[in-house]
Amino acid sequence: MGTILKDYSYTPAKIERGYSGKSLYINVSDLRIEEKEVTDFMKEKFTGGKGFDLWYLWNAVTPQTRWNSPENEIVMSVGPLGGITQYSGTGKTLVAAISPLTGIPIDSNAGGYFGPLLKFSGWDAFELQGKSDKDILIFIDGNNGRIQIEEADEYPEDSHLLAEELTRKFSENEDDMVNVSVVCTGSAAKHGYMGMLNFSFYDPRRKVCRFKQAARGGLGTILRDKKVKALVVKYKGVTPNLNNAADLSTINKVGVKYHKQMHDLDSKQNKMRQIGTANTVMIMSQYDLLPTRNFQTGGDPEVVKISPDVFINEWLTQGLHDGCWYGCTMSCAKCADHFLLTSGPYAGERVTVDGPEYECVAGLGSNLGIFDPQAILEENFYCDTYGIDLISFATTVAFIMECYEREQIGPDHTGGLELRFGNKYAVLELLHQMSRGEGFGRLVGLGIRNLKKIFVEQFGADADLLEDIGMETKGLEYAEYSHKESLAQQGGFAMATKGPQHDEAWLIFMDMVNKQIPTFEDKANALYYFPMFRTWFGLVGLCKLPWNDIVPADNYKTDSPAKVPEHVQNYVDIFNAVTGQNIDKDELILQSERVYQFQRVFSVRMGKGERKDDYPPYRSLGPVTPEEYLSRQDLYDKQLREYQGLDPDSMDLDEKIAATRRYREDQYEQLMDAVYRRRGWTNNGIPTPEKLKAIGMDLPQLLEVIEPKL
Amino acid sequence: MIKVNTEPHPWYSGMTVRSLLDEKLFTFRHIIVRVNGEYVPEEEYERFAIQDEDDVIVLHLMAGG
Ligand code: SF4
Repeated sequence: MGTILKDYSYTPAKIERGYSGKSLYINVSDLRIEEKEVTDFMKEKFTGGKGFDLWYLWNAVTPQTRWNSPENEIVMSVGPLGGITQYSGTGKTLVAAISPLTGIPIDSNAGGYFGPLLKFSGWDAFELQGKSDKDILIFIDGNNGRIQIEEADEYPEDSHLLAEELTRKFSENEDDMVNVSVVCTGSAAKHGYMGMLNFSFYDPRRKVCRFKQAARGGLGTILRDKKVKALVVKYKGVTPNLNNAADLSTINKVGVKYHKQMHDLDSKQNKMRQIGTANTVMIMSQYDLLPTRNFQTGGDPEVVKISPDVFINEWLTQGLHDGCWYGCTMSCAKCADHFLLTSGPYAGERVTVDGPEYECVAGLGSNLGIFDPQAILEENFYCDTYGIDLISFATTVAFIMECYEREQIGPDHTGGLELRFGNKYAVLELLHQMSRGEGFGRLVGLGIRNLKKIFVEQFGADADLLEDIGMETKGLEYAEYSHKESLAQQGGFAMATKGPQHDEAWLIFMDMVNKQIPTFEDKANALYYFPMFRTWFGLVGLCKLPWNDIVPADNYKTDSPAKVPEHVQNYVDIFNAVTGQNIDKDELILQSERVYQFQRVFSVRMGKGERKDDYPPYRSLGPVTPEEYLSRQDLYDKQLREYQGLDPDSMDLDEKIAATRRYREDQYEQLMDAVYRRRGWTNNGIPTPEKLKAIGMDLPQLLEVIEPKL
Repeated sequence: MIKVNTEPHPWYSGMTVRSLLDEKLFTFRHIIVRVNGEYVPEEEYERFAIQDEDDVIVLHLMAGG
């Protein structure tokens, strides 16, 4: 037991209609603990979840705040629907902070029990500010109304050990362990900018702590910079109506209908209950969307070696309920049990590996040229326990490997590591170096934007080439989808507020295959509706997967199957039933848009969020290299003929690449114009006062930021 | 010539929904097929004949993570 530095008592607020009405503020510089009122203004303008996070963060920082400034906060909130147990996917915690990778607000969501248990402990949101001078942990006891801050030097850093030890420490017995949830990171988080947060939930059947991650943007790096080793919450007594919903019977009715769909249709649709999100790996390869060898191509014949069937039949435990919060019948949080590690400090031990999710197989597999399920699982485990965002890591290493193969860097720079595609041993070694803060691994954790600078300035690499092949925008690494043939998705990534993560918009099939959004205006409409709709999940505490990874059998009869109208109505009904409000699907979008536009203005305030910040690397738009062009020569030649009226037979390869590039860059400019118009932004990407007024967000502090930019 | 998802595509005698899906490499299972606006259930893919000039829509219901 570490020395108790602070002991604070409070009276847990009772939750009414989804809100406790209180938020918790802890400053770890001076161990100050305060309780704040959640105001009607906050509920009206920001709804909850990510909205509350961003509002508190806005008030905590200034335009000069950097990720490691003491005033930067990690803010988390589960939202008003968070914690209900009658519908699938209702336990998501949204986390926000100023990111070390981007310098602007990042938001990331995680399952696991922490957010709901925090709310049941009386807190709609939690702000963590300041910097401790020694390692500490914060324990919130929701049953007894107690918060303790204690020294935490003696605890291990890596998540699988730390969460297990803390879960035991704060449980009375084995049965009590499900009532404890831990947020922590790992040993690598302090050696780079891509540290992530693990959110635990105890699995009583396997008798291990499982994890979901708030992975993007370096949240774990900030936690460790504050010298916080872990946040722990304990609440015993989860029952179906702790939210004191206004209309429980509607929630029950909608939930039962949904669970029946899941039961009847999942095996015919996406098999989420067997494999989780990795079900799409083969499909992505077949449709040329699976990022392979740093997004150079969209698939590979070897992908069969890492197909869903391989993971289902040989690695993932089947038949267990794998929900990351109570009541989730989608139950997609799969894992490999008794997995034998072959490298690193835990070599020879058998562990439970959470995953692999799609991003893991695509990122740590095909994008690194690794088609070996065992290697992917081991990389997955070490990313998780070391506290590394595997998307940023994978996309960064893919970039490094291409730099290595194109002789932009060499063994002299990598400490002798042969960082060629497919070298799984080198990838694992990089992870272990990141954990120890040594060698070339220490550089990897800085992310692509910083590495481009280092490779050019210190190693003499070609700046233009690195700009083209380094898959980052705004400083954040791309999520794992190739998308060269989907203009809408190019915008979906590069115009996403926080950086190129696909949780704002995933339009590839609608655009590239279904051809449902052919014009710039169609694409702009999609890049308005879907980011707004998807933002809403993060306001209320929901997981997005149950929305569209299973759809009603008659969804095809609707006029907009991509929106899954029945499920949208479910969300409207549940929101009204919990909160007692009476919104419709248009007001749902309005709730989202308020926060969406607020976040854009916030980015502008922090120095990004203008047109110049919304450009992708050219690898996102088209073929950079001769090999890429030649890999799909028929398609590109056809496009030269049909789109530009050129004769590819009379052009040499360089001319064809250049003409393709001119055309695609121009298309992207036109898309930006259309999207900015649709979102109510100036041609420079700044939300207009008229737009803010129309959605009730013409707050003086927002107008003050945008007016000098108009 | 037929249209597939708004784009021209060569037609041949004997074309069925199944043969068209195979030809287009549309391997994703979760799709909706409409021919001239009429929904074609999956069990009819093998025998549903596509005629010259038909307008075929193959909607992939994949909306990403
Ligand atoms: S669908 Fe998967 S990620 Fe979402 S809440 Fe359920 S188990 Fe968790």
